[in-house]
Amino acid sequence: MGILTDRDREAVKREFEKLTGPVKVIVFSQELGSETCQQTEWLVKEVAELTDKASVEVLNLILDREKAEAYGVDRVPAVVVEGAKDYGIRFFGIPAGYEFTNLIDAMVVASTGTPALSEETRAALGGLTSPVHIKVFTTPT
Amino acid sequence: MRLAQHMAVASDQVRADCIEANEFPEWSQQYRVMAVPKVVINDRVQFEGALPERDFLSAVLRAVNGGGT
Repeated sequence: MGILTDRDREAVKREFEKLTGPVKVIVFSQELGSETCQQTEWLVKEVAELTDKASVEVLNLILDREKAEAYGVDRVPAVVVEGAKDYGIRFFGIPAGYEFTNLIDAMVVASTGTPALSEETRAALGGLTSPVHIKVFTTPT
Repeated sequence: MRLAQHMAVASDQVRADCIEANEFPEWSQQYRVMAVPKVVINDRVQFEGALPERDFLSAVLRAVNGGGT
């Protein structure tokens, strides 16, 4: 039973050749959550199977409340993509369709810890002294 | 979302949430999401559509330095 097509798998495997360090994907779900919680879990597990650098942890929003709070997660399905540390990358809702590409990209950049940004941007971000919370609303298509 | 998540890796101050608007209608309504992608930074600066890196960075800096949309 797979969500990904063979073509998806090949494309993801090619992207995953860029992985340099471990990447951990944490899925927050809920037993009585929507169908998308289950689908998100399946999708993330399928993706993680395509590399030995990725691991998956499935947590429950209610039972693992402390961790959910620590990660700033208050609704499900939620996906946290971590590399050497928690960089603050979150997905709410199933990262499928258009967002699938971003999930893979997030895993790569979290693994390498090397953002593809200009020197100027990096310098400006390096000077930030207060929190910046960016929300990007998208749709799968 | 790509720029936002790369910025999150570049700075410990930045957090990037990618939200599937259809799955969270109330959340989307709260931020008046009419078109996607819609980007909201610190609940102060917002814009629709993809911006080039330099403009996205300006929006981030506006959000922390004061000034609105």
